[in-house]
Amino acid sequence: MSGFDETLLGEADETVRVRFVVNGRKVACEVAPRETLVDCLREKLELTGTHAGCEMGACGACLIQLDGRAVHSCLIFAVQADGARIDTIEGLSESGVIADLQAEFHRRNALQCGFCTPGMLVNAEELLSLVAQPSREQIRDALSGNYCRCTGYEAIIDAIYAVAKARSGGVTT
Amino acid sequence: MKARAFSYFRAATIDQALDAHARAGDDARFIAGGQSLVPALSLRLQAPRLLIDITHIDELRGVRREGGYLRIGALTRHCEMLTEASIAESAPLLHVAAPFVAHPAIRNRGTIGGSVALADPASEFPAMTLALDAEIEIVGPSGRRRVKADDFFIDLFETALQPGELIAAIHVPLFRADQRFAFDELARRRGDYALVGCGIMATCQGSRIEDIRISFFSVGNTPTRVKGAERALIGARLDVERIAAAQRALECDLAPPEGDEVPPAMRLHLARVLLGRLLGRLGEGA
Ligand SMILES: Cc1cc2nc3c(=O)[nH]c(=O)nc-3n(C[C@H](O)[C@H](O)[C@H](O)COP(=O)(O)OP(=O)(O)OC[C@H]3O[C@@H](n4cnc5c(N)ncnc54)[C@H](O)[C@@H]3O)c2cc1C
Ligand code: FES
Ligand code: FES
Repeated sequence: MSGFDETLLGEADETVRVRFVVNGRKVACEVAPRETLVDCLREKLELTGTHAGCEMGACGACLIQLDGRAVHSCLIFAVQADGARIDTIEGLSESGVIADLQAEFHRRNALQCGFCTPGMLVNAEELLSLVAQPSREQIRDALSGNYCRCTGYEAIIDAIYAVAKARSGGVTT
Repeated sequence: MKARAFSYFRAATIDQALDAHARAGDDARFIAGGQSLVPALSLRLQAPRLLIDITHIDELRGVRREGGYLRIGALTRHCEMLTEASIAESAPLLHVAAPFVAHPAIRNRGTIGGSVALADPASEFPAMTLALDAEIEIVGPSGRRRVKADDFFIDLFETALQPGELIAAIHVPLFRADQRFAFDELARRRGDYALVGCGIMATCQGSRIEDIRISFFSVGNTPTRVKGAERALIGARLDVERIAAAQRALECDLAPPEGDEVPPAMRLHLARVLLGRLLGRLGEGA
């Protein structure tokens, strides 16, 4: 009944093979169990658009989509994501799903150094997929786990608010 | 910082998970949402030999009505508290508390089983299991049992859970038409752990309180029921004097720790303010 192979205990740092579908492409790589997904994406798969800030769930720079939901890639080991579908900022940019958000961020100077931007965009995309027309208060609330050291947030909230309006057929200003 | 090396095992069944734990000499951790455990490993506050992933165990999933209770599988994620219709209907206190738990992306992964197992005294859900008179279903090497929330939280991060035991589900008595509830917390910023938080579940006959359970979090080493305040309210109508009596009772019910960033007197004050607000709201629902 077990399924548990005790020899595993002696092989703590040995790499294991994991498979994901990253940005629509099947990939396989070798990871040590203690390797976080953000490290795997950045170092093994060279997808450096996902940023590593605090590495403890506090800043939101590392947000990605895991099976379609926004999650912190610093709070999951790559082995846990074996078999999952992962979409990073690179994939979301290429496919064009967030092109309007990116354009609006650009237009309104909703970024300066850009370190927080991938996380902001992943979070904003999830919010807009769940709530068609969020209030500014709801946007603020949804971004409560995303730190930006540069912009003061207002421009980011403006940008998301404008895109929400535009997506639901309203006019933007 | 990076976690110390460990081995990883993905369990398909409860038996596999329990067996793996035992064979690692209990130098193992179950991982569910990982939203508390991964930071603890990364900061090397913990360094187990083996990580047992329980998120692929079907038996720990799902929400269903069962014998007067709503059985909420341990793997139910915080975000599902917001979207699952049966929770909104039958355990509405969890539904209204969920938006206060962390941030959206953390709610996408964090689980109720993990939150209750960890028993962080600043957490919303452990305290709500107390207000709800919920039961924790535990499965371990010596079988299966159900422990009342009242008996589950023992001390700081200490629960009735023994090493190698799993929480399988949380059983919440089904919400009834003669019940009312209220929840709120005071925090510096949305998504932060609360300075003080409280959930209330009351059974009423008209405007008379038949029974009430009031549970605070962020006030001490464990989630805390305030039984003096409860006694001040049972059998009474929620008028201004009664509410004031319940607020006064908090002085004996609560003993916020010294040496914290928030002084005990301030925490007690905030608890009184919060209780007054919540009882006021409960009364308006009459
Ligand atoms: C930035 C940040 C902010 C947060 N803010 C809040 C907040 O405001 N309020 C709040 O309540 N929480 C907050 N959390 C914590 C979050 O809610 C966690 O998801 C939760 O505490 C643990 O659930 P988990 O499924 O992630 O557990 P894990 O991290 O996987 O595990 C936590 C512990 O429980 C054990 N465990 C897990 N599942 C089981 C089980 N079924 N049986 C037995 N043991 C089990 C693990 O072995 C581990 O010891 C925050 C986390 C972060 C990173
Ligand atoms: S790097 Fe993941 S939240 Fe900061
Ligand atoms: S633009 Fe610099 S952190 Fe946000």
